[in-house]
Order: sequence, then C-alpha cells, then structure tokens
Amino acid sequence: MKFTLKAVVLVGFSALALGFGSMAQAETVKIGFISSYSGAAAAQGDQLDKGVKLFMKLNGDKLPPGVKVELITRDDTGPNPDVAKRVAQELIVRDKVQFLTGVVWTPNMAAIAPLTTEAKVPFVSMNAAGARVMVNAPYMTRVSFTLWQSAYPLGQWASKKYKKAYTSVSDFAPGHEAEEGFIKGFKEGGGEILGSVRVPLANPDFVPFMQRIKDAKPDVLFGFNPAGKAATAMMKSYADLDLPKAGIKFIGTGDIVTDEELQGMGDVALGITTVHHYSAASDRPANKAFVAAYKKEFGADLNPGFMVVAAWDAMDAIFAAIREQAGKVDPDKSMEFFKKWKSTTSPRGTFSIDPETRDVVNPEYLREVKKVGGKLANVEIETIGTAVKDPMKEADKKK
Amino acid sequence: MSQLVGYMADSRVRWTEYLPWVLALLVYFFLPEYLSLGARVLTYILFALSLDLIIGYAGIITLGHASFFGLGAYITGILAAKLGVTDPLLQLLASALGAGLLGLITGAVILKMKGLTQLMMTLAISALCLEVANKATFVTGGADGLSGMEIAPILGMFKFDLFGKTAYLYCLVLLFGTWVIVRRLIYSPFGVSLMGIRENSARMHAIGAPVYKKLMMVYTLSALIAGLAGALLAQTNQFVGLNVLGFEPSGELLVMLILGGVGRLYGAFVGPVVFLLAQDYLAKQFPEYWYFGIGLLLVLVVLFARGGVLGIMDKLLVKSRTRLTGSQSS
Amino acid sequence: MEIFLSSLVSVAFHGVAYGMILYVISVGLSVTMGLMGFANLAHGVFAMAGGYVLVVSLSKFDIPFPLALVMCFALVALVSVVLERTLYARLYGEAELEQVLFTIGLIYMSVAVARLIFGTLQQPVILPDYLKGQFPLIGRDFPAYRVFLIVFTAGIIAALWFGVERTIWGAKVRASVDNRAMAQSIGINTKSLFTITFAVGSGLAGLGGGLGAEIVAIQPTYPFEQLVFFLIVVSVGGLGSLRGPFVAALLIGVTDTACKYWLPQFGAFFIYIATIGLLLWRPQGLMGKRS
Repeated sequence: MKFTLKAVVLVGFSALALGFGSMAQAETVKIGFISSYSGAAAAQGDQLDKGVKLFMKLNGDKLPPGVKVELITRDDTGPNPDVAKRVAQELIVRDKVQFLTGVVWTPNMAAIAPLTTEAKVPFVSMNAAGARVMVNAPYMTRVSFTLWQSAYPLGQWASKKYKKAYTSVSDFAPGHEAEEGFIKGFKEGGGEILGSVRVPLANPDFVPFMQRIKDAKPDVLFGFNPAGKAATAMMKSYADLDLPKAGIKFIGTGDIVTDEELQGMGDVALGITTVHHYSAASDRPANKAFVAAYKKEFGADLNPGFMVVAAWDAMDAIFAAIREQAGKVDPDKSMEFFKKWKSTTSPRGTFSIDPETRDVVNPEYLREVKKVGGKLANVEIETIGTAVKDPMKEADKKK
Repeated sequence: MSQLVGYMADSRVRWTEYLPWVLALLVYFFLPEYLSLGARVLTYILFALSLDLIIGYAGIITLGHASFFGLGAYITGILAAKLGVTDPLLQLLASALGAGLLGLITGAVILKMKGLTQLMMTLAISALCLEVANKATFVTGGADGLSGMEIAPILGMFKFDLFGKTAYLYCLVLLFGTWVIVRRLIYSPFGVSLMGIRENSARMHAIGAPVYKKLMMVYTLSALIAGLAGALLAQTNQFVGLNVLGFEPSGELLVMLILGGVGRLYGAFVGPVVFLLAQDYLAKQFPEYWYFGIGLLLVLVVLFARGGVLGIMDKLLVKSRTRLTGSQSS
Repeated sequence: MEIFLSSLVSVAFHGVAYGMILYVISVGLSVTMGLMGFANLAHGVFAMAGGYVLVVSLSKFDIPFPLALVMCFALVALVSVVLERTLYARLYGEAELEQVLFTIGLIYMSVAVARLIFGTLQQPVILPDYLKGQFPLIGRDFPAYRVFLIVFTAGIIAALWFGVERTIWGAKVRASVDNRAMAQSIGINTKSLFTITFAVGSGLAGLGGGLGAEIVAIQPTYPFEQLVFFLIVVSVGGLGSLRGPFVAALLIGVTDTACKYWLPQFGAFFIYIATIGLLLWRPQGLMGKRS
C-alpha cells in the first residue's frame, strides 16, 4: 500500500516538474566561441577569452526575459586550420550552435568559411583580419580590423616624412596584406621601397633579417607581426642590432606595440609611431571605463589589448542581434542585422559594419609611444580617419 | 626484437578479424553525429597501417612518415584547388603515385644508412618537406593553408556532405581494400622475408636474400599507402594545412601505433581508435596534461607493456587460457 | 663590394656564434651515442632545461650571470644523473625502437611540464649590463653578447678536448667508445663511466642551452624543433668523435645564417640538402669510424 502511494506521489511530482520545466523552457541561444588556448598563440587567445569573460560578467544578463545564452568554448590550438575546421564542424553538427565567433588566426577563419556558408551559421570574427577571406562567405562578418586600414594610411603618412623604406612582415595572409597596403600608400606619396622580407610565422628568428635591413640603410622600417610575443621579439632584435642608432626608424601597424606587451618592451619602444584603431591609453570615456573594469577583473598591472576590445564588441553585437530577434534567431535575419550594425559605445570609438562587404569600418588613430605616468603608452596624436573602410576592397573595386 | 609479434603460419581469416568492419558499420548506423570523427579515425588507421609495414614488419624506424602523408594531402589539395582536377578517384591515384615516388627516392637514400644516421635522415627529409610546403606559398598556401578545394561527387553520385556520411563510407571502403592487400602481403613469402630482415638482416644477406630490394619495395608501398591516407584527409576536410607535415604528425602516429601494438596488423586499428577518441575528449579539457599523458604512456609502454594494447590483451588471454586448462604457463 | 664584405663578416660572425652553441649542446649527444650506443633523442630536453634555469635565475632570483651559468651546468647534470640511474640504465642494450620511443616519451613529458610551468612563449633573457650593447672589433661593431659567446664557448671546448685527451677519465671514455667489451675486460667500470659521461654531456647541453638562449629561443617546443639540428651535427660529424661535430656544427651555423641572410625565401632548405649530400658522400660522417 505504502509503496504504491510513494510511487504515485513520485510519479506525480516528476510529471509536474517536467510539465513546469517545459512550460518555463527558456529559449537558449548557443554561441560557439573558438579561441587559441594552447600552442604558441595562447597569449592572443587569452586576450579574446578575457574580453568574452568581461562581457559575460558585466552584460551577460542583458537579454529578453526567458532567453538564455549558452557559450560553448573550444580550442583551435593556434594557427592550425584543420583543427579549427574540425572544431567548428563539431560545434555546428554536434552542439548545434546558432552563432560562431572568436578565431585569432586568418588561416583558421579561411578553413571555417565554407562551413558557415553550407550550414548557414553567422560568424563574427573577433580577430582574424585577412581581408580576402570574407569575400565568398556571406555568413561571415568581422568586428576587428583589416591590415590595409592601418597599413595604407600609415604608408601615406610615412611617405611625407621619409624617402626610403624597408618592410618586414610575417609570412601569412595578414602579413602580405599589411605589406601590400603599406607599399601602396608609401609609393603613392613618392617613397621608395628598398626591399621586403617575409619572416616565417612560426618561430621567427628576426636577427638575420634585421641585419639585412640594417645593411640596406633605409630611413624607416615598416613592420608587422601577429602581436603577442612576436611583437616583443621583433622589437628586441630591432634594439639588439642597434638599428635605432643607425638612424632607422621603426613604424608599423598597432600590432608591433600591442598594449598588452608594451610594458615588457622597454624604453627602446619610445617614439615609435603606429596607426591603429585602438589604444588602451586613449582618453575616451568609454575606454577609460573599459580599462578600469578590465584592471578590476584581471589585475591592476594588466592592460587590455585591441583583441580584448574586439571580443567585447563581438559579444555586444551578437547579444544585440539576439535581443532584436527576441531570442528566436534566424541566420539571415542576424546577418541583415549585423550589416547595419553601428556601435558608439565601443572602447575604440565609433565603429560600424559595411553593408556591402560585411567588413568592419574603423576609426584609425596615429599614435606614438610615450611615457605616461612612468609607464609606456600608445598616445593617440591625431585621428587619421573616423570611418575608414577597408582600402583594399576599395582598391580592388577600382580595378 | 622478439617482442614484435606478428607472423603466424596460419593465414585463414579468424572470426575476430571481422570485428573491426562490423563495428565500423554499426557506428555508421547508430552514431551519425560522430561520422566525421569516424572518418578521421579511419584515415589514421590507414596511415598507421602504412607505418606498421615499415616499423613492425621491416624494422626500419622512421620519424618522418608524415612526409608521404603530407605530400599526398597537398597533391590532392593542389589538384582540387589550383588545377581544377576535381574527380576524387583521380586525386587519390595522383597522391598515391606521388607519395610512392617520393618513397622510392628517399628510400634509395635512407635504406643505405643504419641506426641513428638513418633515423636522423628521416627527420631531415621530413623537415625539408615541411620547409618546402611552408615556403612555396603560391602552390601550397603556406601558413594560410590550401582552401577552395573542389571535390566532385564520387563516381558522379556521392557528394561529400557536412555530416561526413559520404566521407565515412568512402574511407571505410578504401581502408578495407588496402587492408585486404596488406594482409595478403604479410602472409605471403614476401612478408616472411621481411620479418627475416627485421630479425636478423646480416643473416638474410648471408642467405642471399635481396635485402635492399625488398626493403625498397616495402618502403615504397608504405609511402604509397601513407599518401593515400593523406589524400583522404584532404578530401574529407576539403582543406590542407601545414600540420600534415613535420615531426608532429609523425610522432603522433608513432604513439598511436605503439599504443595499439607494433607489427601485428591490428595494432594499427586499435591504436588510432583509442588515441583519437581519447584525444577528442581529453585534449579538449586538459590540453597540457594530454601531452604529458602521451609522453608518460610511451615511457610506460616501453618499460612495462611492449606490444601495446594488443600485447596486453594477448597476455591476458594466455593467462586466462592456462587458468582454464590448468596447465603450467610457459 | 664593401657592403658585401661587411655582410660576409656579419654572416660569418653570427654563424660561428650559432655553430659554437650547437656544438656545445650536441657534443654530449655524440659522446653518449658513441659510448653507450644509446639514441638519446631527448638530449634537447637538457638544453632546454639549462635555458630555463638560466632565465629563471636571472629574472626571478637575480643571481649574477656567471653563477647562473654554473647552475645551468650543475643542476642539469644532477638531474641527468638521476634520470640515467633510474630510467635510462634499464634500456641499455635494448633495441633502437625502444630507446627512440622512450626518449620521445621523455620529450613529450618535458614539453608538457615546461608549458605548465612557464607558459607557451619564448622566455626573455635579461642579460647583465656588461654583456649588452656593442663591442668594437677590427673596426666595426659586433653585438657584445655574441662576442662573449664565441670566446667563452671556445674556452669550454678547449677544456673539454683537454679533458678527453689528457685525463684518465678521457682515456677511459675513448677506450670504451673504441671497444666496450675490451675496456670492461681490463677493469674499467663502464657503469660509473657511463653515468659520469652522461652527466658531463647533459650538463654541457644545459650550459649550451642557457648560453644560447639569446640565439635559440627557449620555449616548450624546443626539444622537438632543435632535435633535427643536434642529430645532423652528430651524424654529419661522426658518432663518438669530438672534432667531427665541431666542424659540422660550424658548417651548419654558418650555412644556416648565410641562407637566412641572402636567400630568406629558402630558409633552412639548404641545410637539409647539404646534410643529405654530405651523408651520401661520407655515410659515417666527417670523422666517424666506418663500422
């Protein structure tokens, strides 16, 4: 008797619970976040991770009632396109994510591209900056940057100050694009390119290249590397081989003096001029608040780099898309939303997405490394452009 | 080297040899979400089979087997992405031939050497291939990898899909075909002579066996099969990156084979299954510990469990049999 | 012409510095292989360990540079003795496959440990001020540290060669390399000889790794990446020989630097081609013995 009663009560309660469960079933939107946690790129991957964590902590609940977000994180182990592709495929097929985001490396983004098209999953790049990847990928968009945006204006600016330049970039798509952008800008202003080297992406030994550059005696060296520790290594070999004393100035895209590494580079970095869309030292109120929140969460000694900002902005855009669709996300509607996206509250200033190319339109600043409060900082000297579209695509259009 | 088991005089197919294929088909029907992982496992089984031929049966240690794998992958990739050759079977053929050719050339160099020098040479060739692929950006895509591969449907009918169904069956069929060939080879007089060379090559020379020639043949065949595996990987991923070359894939493959058991054909089946499944689950959660675990595994296997998983199973079988029959274990 | 000569000097200088480091690290491997017949692929692990010891001593503990170098040698030698007695000794006389697998396993483990403790990236070396900057020689400036490197390693090498050729220990080593059975039968305690020699070789590798940390960056994947170069030095030089690897290391150092300088688009390509060519011509290495 008792046994049967217990059983009935149990079953009854379970049924009720199930019923309640399905009634209160939240709309869960799954976001697949791919970053590089192991391998040589862990520092950059960590930047993206911090940006996402900071956003989820401060804004993770800004969703319509009944809507939840599930973030699934995966490691692509560095510039390994086939791992990235496999991971993305699993996220799409096994975990059934509705958005994909993250990705430090352009080769990885290139490998994922056909998957997003076939499975119709919107992808928001938090860093991978290769411009040509997005052309045939209608479900991809980007909130980070492209190399031409910073290299091309820098080239134009440099041609007014210097006559002869040498370029040194890392040997992969973004590096090639940085090289192209700078050379075009520099030559347009009447400058002469003495030579160009492409340094291997993995384990570059900068010394022989720097020696060669020193022997060629240019006025200025344009450099690009994928930020992180490579930036420090390049700066070090620039100093070790006494290029500053030889009168060779070092300029580049913001990656060469990336904020999270800058303190470790030492005084040799003083005076280095770069063009980039973000600097942690900027006075903008949105940025000051952002940096303060970052330091509070991760440590007063740390500075956010541009990748943290991009990660933050990507999550911001995705959450906005979710809010707009009240949790019932449709890939095509999301892409339409992204194409019209404009953010005025980003730490970098105002940025938007170009509806034609789905690529990011950035403010670009000319910065110089100075000592502020005893510490090195990328001080913004002037605003080169407020809404710079990717010059490469503009140039391609004209062809 | 007598811990390398393998040859048995009886070449009839034992019932246990049907198991892998039955399991593979079960996976196809009951685990549709894991088929692309499955295709990857099958590809690596094929790759491991080729390595087993060399290490397990011919006794040549190589740390650069990925050279053939990578070459096969890149040949298919370049054909598909740059030269417009989209028929998958043609791509397979080209990859196999290309890798076989590389096997022939490098074999001629390597097989004349011995010991550490030979080992180093396999490393050097592997590093050379990686360097070429890294630099020849206009052909291989360099660090960006080779994308934009176009693969036509197999035999005009079976298209490669997102879920990996076609890929899985395709790999299974190819693996089966290769396995049939390799199995026949091992149980043939040729296979016996290979094991003779492995056990005592001086004696083999003394009895007039054409050692060098036989080694060249098995080396080239092994390279060919590895190239085939590489082509499969390229086709199922529709992408080729630099990490199909160099020490890393070679080392990983070695671990897979040792884990399964060298020189016994089915070690090449067990090893990749265990390794890749474990990697899929564990490496995600604990990447650093995974690396440590692989190293520890190798050390422990060498110290205590030569013969890998199959070796352990063998010992257990022997123990249980002697217990059953009550006889003294020898 | 002047620019060409200048770059020639540059290349030669940097190449020699690199080559000397390669030699100091690899000579231990040559002797171990020749003496114990053991293929210790994990040799790079000792070099990497030395590098980490140096980096940590300089940055965390503010230990003066000379003392840090001594620690590189001593600590690594000590650890190697422990490893040799507990693990390596079990595998003497085993087949090559076992030795290869074992040492690769060691590499994987140490790579993982290094990553766990130090993170995945290159370690910055904080040199003492007196070794920074430029050093004037024959009318031009050379990086001071590399000048120091060349001079110091020359000293180490001289000491090593003296030790092997003039001391009793050295004589025992040479005897055992030549003919182990014979050496044992005249009463040489090969077991302790192995241990001592292994310790010296590994200690040297540690020292080389620390000294060379500026040139060959210290990061967890070090043993994998440099393995092929150490093996090339030893094979091309000749197993068991001391002078052969020296010549080979210098050749490699200079060739590698020259290629990176004049033909950067080919990278390390030529080293491998040169190695293959050399070994096809002289399979026993430059100064190895024909077996």
